[in-house]
Amino acid sequence: MIEFHLDARSGVAPYMQLIQQVRHAMRLGLLKEGDKLPTVKDVVASVAINPNTVLKAYRELEYEGLVQPRPGLGTFVTRTLGDEADLAAHEPLRRDLEGWLAKARDAGLDDESIEALFVNTFRHFSAERAGRRG
Amino acid sequence: MTSVVVTEGLTKRYGRRPALADCTLDIPAGHVVGLVGPNGAGKSTLLQLICGLLRPSAGRLSVLGGEPASGSARLGFVAQDTPVYSGLSVEEHLRFGAHLNPSWDDQLAHERVDRLGLDPKQKAGKLSGGQRAQLALTVAIAKRPDLLLLDEPVAALDPLARREFLQGLMEYVAESGTSVVMSSHLVADLERVCDYLIVLVRSRVRVAGEVEELLATHHRLTGPRIDPEALGPGRAVVHARHTDVQSTLVVRSSAPIEDPAFSVDGIDLEDLVLAYMSEAAESGRDRVLEKQR
Repeated sequence: MIEFHLDARSGVAPYMQLIQQVRHAMRLGLLKEGDKLPTVKDVVASVAINPNTVLKAYRELEYEGLVQPRPGLGTFVTRTLGDEADLAAHEPLRRDLEGWLAKARDAGLDDESIEALFVNTFRHFSAERAGRRG
Repeated sequence: MTSVVVTEGLTKRYGRRPALADCTLDIPAGHVVGLVGPNGAGKSTLLQLICGLLRPSAGRLSVLGGEPASGSARLGFVAQDTPVYSGLSVEEHLRFGAHLNPSWDDQLAHERVDRLGLDPKQKAGKLSGGQRAQLALTVAIAKRPDLLLLDEPVAALDPLARREFLQGLMEYVAESGTSVVMSSHLVADLERVCDYLIVLVRSRVRVAGEVEELLATHHRLTGPRIDPEALGPGRAVVHARHTDVQSTLVVRSSAPIEDPAFSVDGIDLEDLVLAYMSEAAESGRDRVLEKQR
């Protein structure tokens, strides 16, 4: 079982924070297929948030095909994210990224410029992909 | 969906001073409603009108589909400053509640007192602020009301007691589906627990609606200095600040704003509330200046 927390200053909507925490736990293998998510009542009793926020997050996760509610029993994880092959691909990608970061530093970019360049490029890349698909 | 509270032009005056003016609201059932505004804005007046402790000076008010009735079993009300009887013990509070309320859920009351670790024999006057607030909430929800009204329930509590109070309240809401209206000036708390918001400033309702919709329709625009009038139709400027070269606007618009001259950002609930409050403060100041001229 996982436990949720909320960062009020992150600027990320509370229901989205819950979704991200479930996905994150799934990628790390903390949540596997068949595991149960905390009940709405348990979540609101520990995090002190509106029950509708939790319901919305769980509905969204269900829509993404990651969880499935079973009436009277609770909400269960239906998939395992980040399997072995996925994790195996991480290491070489991380090395490439570290190489790129070293180059950016050598070129004189500071932390903020590096982050801005990465985020911008990533955004363009994703937008182009989405455009091509649509 | 049905409404728990409907008001039309609701007004309450103390002498000539309006405490609440021309208030028109339609609060849907099944929500946790945050009532927010500066001190003296009329929050307590509105809550006391809803629970029948005050009579309106003008306008109409319907609560749970009928006339507001003081002492109604369908209404739970926790007034400001956690009203408990300091000379009575915790157990006596529960017995008192059971005696007065036909719908009293004694099991719920005792379970909550157990879980909170309150000593039933303890006099309420000897409890901490947080415990007193929890006892007042227990008495209010053991009535199993359809509508729970809370006036600044956490204002006087320390952060831990505040969090525990809201945890208990949300747990109850999750299992009962009770509608809640709570006033507070702690927007950070409301942001967590409320899904409907009413901003009350200077005895008037500035904005009311579902939190999600309010956040989706309010935007912060930053760009070169502009006359707010020039923004075009369908865009209401809630708040504007200008320097000699730059304008920062909070704008309400249901359509997305795509103006290349501005950088458009979302806004969080606290900034949204502050925008409506300072709008009122500034227009008030303008009026004063005009009078002096």
